[in-house]
Amino acid sequence: MRDLLSIRETDTDQIHQVLQTAVGFNEILKRPVKKVPTLRGRSVITLFYESSTRTRTSFELAAKYMSADAVNIAVAQSSVSKGESLKDTLKTLEALTADCIVIRHPSSGAAHLAAQFTSVPVINAGDGRHEHPTQALLDALTIWQHKVVGAEDDTYPVALRPDKPFDLAHLTVAIVGDLAHSRVARSNAWCLSRLGATVRWAGPRTLLPAEAHQLPVTVCDDLESALTGADVVMVLRLQTERQESGLLPSLREYSRLWGVTHTSLRWAKPDVLVMHPGPMNRGVEISAEVADGVGGVRSTVEQQVTNGVAVRMACLYLLMGGSGE
Amino acid sequence: MGAETGLVMDADEMRRAITRIAHEILEKNKGAQNLALVGIMRRGAPIADRLADLIERVEGIRPLTGRLDIALYRDDYPERRPPVGRTEVPFDLSGKRIVLVDEVIYTGRTTNAAITALFDLGRPAAIQLAVLLDRGHRELPIRPDYVGKNVATSRGQYVDCRLAEIDGEDAVYILAEPPEPSGQEQPCATS
Repeated sequence: MRDLLSIRETDTDQIHQVLQTAVGFNEILKRPVKKVPTLRGRSVITLFYESSTRTRTSFELAAKYMSADAVNIAVAQSSVSKGESLKDTLKTLEALTADCIVIRHPSSGAAHLAAQFTSVPVINAGDGRHEHPTQALLDALTIWQHKVVGAEDDTYPVALRPDKPFDLAHLTVAIVGDLAHSRVARSNAWCLSRLGATVRWAGPRTLLPAEAHQLPVTVCDDLESALTGADVVMVLRLQTERQESGLLPSLREYSRLWGVTHTSLRWAKPDVLVMHPGPMNRGVEISAEVADGVGGVRSTVEQQVTNGVAVRMACLYLLMGGSGE
Repeated sequence: MGAETGLVMDADEMRRAITRIAHEILEKNKGAQNLALVGIMRRGAPIADRLADLIERVEGIRPLTGRLDIALYRDDYPERRPPVGRTEVPFDLSGKRIVLVDEVIYTGRTTNAAITALFDLGRPAAIQLAVLLDRGHRELPIRPDYVGKNVATSRGQYVDCRLAEIDGEDAVYILAEPPEPSGQEQPCATS
């Protein structure tokens, strides 16, 4: 792997390799001193053209826990605001001797374009409506921990535990909400289906992309059919601007028809896992009680964030290592 | 020139060597108090367990055991990118006398990485090194405290240490070609 640009272009073996490596890094995150010397003397630059707290911080901490030097470029205060092109920005970062560039951009395909301009490994941290590969990988890791490993220790390497492979074949995952604008939904469709899971998509017609049939998903027309028998519900964030642009009549109606609440979770399996990539709009796409895990609901929002650090450590480790073995 | 290729240690020899090392550890440390055995993944770990069994039988006290994965501490990254395993040291190392256990010592770089890794987990009172086989060619000023057997090898040769727990037999071979991986060795893909 030279870059991590999309899950669609990442084969199943590579997904396994990242997840397997991430499991080892979970152990480091539990240590009193969370630091290993592996990437000492190397630099990671995060270039974010969109606002982000958790993804950027997560990449930065991942780099630092591995002893790399992490630098963030806040685009609003950079030469980009003076009109510098993406190409020139990347050439500059390469000349500054960056060893890895993490990019988030509002335009779909920006990470692919960036990778063409530089020989430095590029990680896509979200490009427009296209993909957010590390989010899908951390979601897969979270599902594996809950549904395959279960209550046992979840930091055990899979190579030493052939009875617990990254195989989600018996699972049904419902992804609910604003699918048209969601790169998380697209990356997860590819990632979870490669690992064998059945992926369902459900959301209002106006928020369903026209090309949904080209993705490895089953489209459901209402929340009940999507949740019936589901092992995992992944709730997407509803961007409230969507209502202003006329895609939704009202947030109240959306919440009533598509909101994940204790009532709608009754359709799913009793041990259903509730996931959300964050940031959450409590009371819109997810009820506050479900988000907080009230009444025994298994909500993994915080665990997803922790797994995000481990997955990003794994990606940096695998991408910054020259040719590998 | 190195040794002849072929079997250099059979199961009986290995059992005797490990038994002798267990006694030497007890002698040098004056018992099993405050002692911890840490095996370097993967084949150091079962040897550390066997040493702990023997020490328990002799002394009535079972020393603490742990296992150390040193993939992230190797100095040859990024030329090699070994799969990341898991470190499992379920006790506080501080103040303990640690015996690092590995199957073969060669350049000494693995041991060096293991010492660095241990210091990230705590501050042991002392670190000693036990190996089943010393094949020479050290590149660092590192010397094992306990050695099962010294074997002359050339740099081009391979030492294939096989343990019942992982490979289904106890034996050490010297080979002219790299050994076939066995015992569920990291099935992950390269890209």
